[in-house]
Amino acid sequence: MDKVHSHRQVAVIKHSLFDQGYLDEQFIQLEELQDDANPNFVEEIVTLYYRDSSRLISNLDHTLERNPLDFNKLDTIMHQFKGSSSSIGAKKVKAECTLFREYCRTRNGEGCRRSFQQMKKEYAILRKKLETYFQMARQAGPKETAFRPK
Amino acid sequence: MAITGEIFRQNLTEFLEESLSPSSELHVLAVDDSLVDRHVIERLLKVSSCKVTVVESGRRALQYLGLDGETGSLGLDVSEFWYLVCGVVLTLVSAKVNLIMTDYSMPGMTGYELLKKIKQESSMFREIPVVIMSSENVLTRIDRCLEEGAEEFLLKPVKLSDVRRLKDFIMKGKVKEVEKKSLKRSTIVCNILTHLTSMRSVTIIALTIILKEC
Repeated sequence: MDKVHSHRQVAVIKHSLFDQGYLDEQFIQLEELQDDANPNFVEEIVTLYYRDSSRLISNLDHTLERNPLDFNKLDTIMHQFKGSSSSIGAKKVKAECTLFREYCRTRNGEGCRRSFQQMKKEYAILRKKLETYFQMARQAGPKETAFRPK
Repeated sequence: MAITGEIFRQNLTEFLEESLSPSSELHVLAVDDSLVDRHVIERLLKVSSCKVTVVESGRRALQYLGLDGETGSLGLDVSEFWYLVCGVVLTLVSAKVNLIMTDYSMPGMTGYELLKKIKQESSMFREIPVVIMSSENVLTRIDRCLEEGAEEFLLKPVKLSDVRRLKDFIMKGKVKEVEKKSLKRSTIVCNILTHLTSMRSVTIIALTIILKEC
């Protein structure tokens, strides 16, 4: 019964992540690529994403400190970051990226800085939520065992 | 030339392995500068039972295909020369990749530029279908790519259904190609044989296998 309960908990967390708009369809697409031989693919990709994108974020940080702002460069970096975020289904992060790029297009430095801060917030929140989700999913174990009779 | 020799040596080994156990597996070359996207596309293709080679740039893609035009100096030793001959023969009779999927926006060489380079080839490489992937839905960009000969333009993130559809399409084309190629191969090989004089054993083995395949 414990296993069934754990699995239900995992499902609830996942459901809320979608309901609250943190994740989109792409996350489900990634889950479909998992199998017995690669059961942790999504977690691996998300870990890779956070590791790889941290350098893009510090790059953006540095570039935002410049005076005057190089909007083309900011846009180029953000384009890369948005792409990766989109690939893991990070819906809110992606939305902030879009906003940021719009501010780049209109050469609005203040707007860029604001949306960058907001993006970093969403990025951090999502990371925590996904860490919890993956931890619970791992603890709950593979779905099959949940229905093994005692 | 030593480098080219090495590349062809690798090509030869790969080709011989494939010839000895011919697979109906699609071999896809995926090109993307994003680390995350490379992992995702690789997984998408493996799940779809494709053989995958992933590279990070257009330059590397051309290198892999052997199209980067690196000729180097003419300091060939005898063994290098014969590997070169094998390589030429192999290039003529088989393109080792059935499909190229490339990201559009990449630093250095864009996917569009890579597409152009491949379509400008006067060899079998021009016939390899090239698919462009992009996160941006820009009509002029799509038009330009299709005009330059791209097979398809996929919007990122690429889905499993996209890959499956592509694979079906390529496999259908592949069956027809195999029939066409058999005739082409025998003609080419016969021509080469009549022009080459003394041949090293390696070359003879390679050509024997090719002839067996025809």
